[in-house]
Amino acid sequence: MKEVFKSLLGENASKETWEYIIVNFRLPKAIVAILVGMGLSISGLLMQTLFRNPLAGPYVLGLSSGSSLGVAFVILGAGLLPSFLSDFLLSSYGIILASCLGSFMVLIMVLFVSRRLRDTTTILIVGLMFSSFTGAIVGVLTYFTSAEQLQKYTFWSMGSIGNISWQNILILGIVTIVGLFLSILTLKPLDALLLGENYARSMGLNISKARYTIIIATSILAGSITAFAGPIAFIGLAVPHLSKLLFQTSNHKILFWSTLLIGAIIMLFCDMVSQFPGFDFTLPINAITSIIGAPIVIWLIVRKKSIQ
Amino acid sequence: MSSKNNILSTSNLSIGYTTKKERIVIAENLNLSFETGKLIALIGANGIGKSTLLRTLTGIQKPLSGTVLLHEKEIHKYDSLSLAQNLSLVLTEKLPPSNLTVFELIALGRQPYTNWIGKLSEEDLQQVNHAMALTQMENLSSKKHHEISDGQLQKVLIARALAQDTPLIILDEPTTHLDLLHKVSVFKLLKKLAAENNKCILFSTHDIDLAIQLADEMIIMTEKDVVQDEPCNLISKGVFNSLFKDSAITFDDKKGKFIISN
Repeated sequence: MKEVFKSLLGENASKETWEYIIVNFRLPKAIVAILVGMGLSISGLLMQTLFRNPLAGPYVLGLSSGSSLGVAFVILGAGLLPSFLSDFLLSSYGIILASCLGSFMVLIMVLFVSRRLRDTTTILIVGLMFSSFTGAIVGVLTYFTSAEQLQKYTFWSMGSIGNISWQNILILGIVTIVGLFLSILTLKPLDALLLGENYARSMGLNISKARYTIIIATSILAGSITAFAGPIAFIGLAVPHLSKLLFQTSNHKILFWSTLLIGAIIMLFCDMVSQFPGFDFTLPINAITSIIGAPIVIWLIVRKKSIQ
Repeated sequence: MSSKNNILSTSNLSIGYTTKKERIVIAENLNLSFETGKLIALIGANGIGKSTLLRTLTGIQKPLSGTVLLHEKEIHKYDSLSLAQNLSLVLTEKLPPSNLTVFELIALGRQPYTNWIGKLSEEDLQQVNHAMALTQMENLSSKKHHEISDGQLQKVLIARALAQDTPLIILDEPTTHLDLLHKVSVFKLLKKLAAENNKCILFSTHDIDLAIQLADEMIIMTEKDVVQDEPCNLISKGVFNSLFKDSAITFDDKKGKFIISN
């Protein structure tokens, strides 16, 4: 324990290998876990209020699939483009941009469809359909691509918060902070939306402006995180509920900070479980989040029935 | 008609909507006026166009022709924020599920006045407490809005509109789903707010006999025309007899209520 702090503080730990592991593997991974946990949870919180749907979240509504589609187009399609273009697209910035655009498109489509549907559970089915649809397109793309690019995409899509360079962590950190800052701007509109859109409008809220700010903030958060860490399931859905359950409030000024905190804690916990001390294998992070998240979703649906 | 107390008025207003093919007119040539301190009831059979009239009066829907004037200025020329400081609503729609407390719900009425993050100032808190005192909601303030009865929730929604501090409050069927006791208590609250706090309150309702007894003015919508007058004048004119198309429903002038004959 003492050795860990020593190497974090820049002093020399007793074993050089320990220092190397901590500074270059464990610390970056922990920082990414915190960023991913915060970003996905906040995007889930925003979506749940925007869609008036307790089951909304970046993964369930297909945002992650949208990001995957964007990234798939870039990684798998880059070979077809002139090299200067494909170089840019394959860089971190290109992948972030493609990923954000992908989730933005899906979110717009889900919003469009959901305005025609009053039933909240149906929106989930729509999200599921978007996931299958994007999955199918990725499938078609892989058919036409080279083995090398396919391998690259497959590794990305398995989702991992390790092996991300310090430079990319900096990019992810900046983009996440921009997304979180935009989210803070939507806290007052989100509170108004708790009474429904008609009341919100009657209280002077510019609905379409609020809606677009929320959508852009959500796409930035979910998109950039998916770009680096791959699709990560259920964190965005489960964490806002945990914080609502813990704090028993709907006030977004409280929920924002509690969701931020719980998101970071849960994701660090999932990361810890995936690389459990004493075992020399690492489980995929997505498996851990799903094991924790899926039961929460089922419980929410069951509980919702008993309320109505 | 244009006195100093006039808050909202319409001139030669035609309401309805246009589809791609045709123009559907619901009512034409409406010259209505809404003054401070008045409790005004909007009466009409189902499907006659009460909601369309309310939507047009609140600026949600555009009139086919004519104008709606709020403080002598066309309602469509208001930006959403200053409109929210002049006009507050109580709607029929169910609130989405949430954990909002009664206090938080009423405090949302202060949104047109609060800063970008929605922090309540000293004055905002005063207005919220004032609204809670007027509606006698103080002892419920920390309850969740889904834990209280329908009658209490209706008063909370009225308190939210009061906290919005607007000269005009419009309510869409505030007494549906309530029993007689709570209907009367909501009506009396509205009457008190209009008379003592100088609000202009317009509400649509199907509780005609209660409205006749409590409202200062009534607006009666029938297929033929729309009349605004005091309840006793409307009775002596015999307007209520033409309210429903069924000839078995007649209005007894002396008793002041509807009679069903077989």
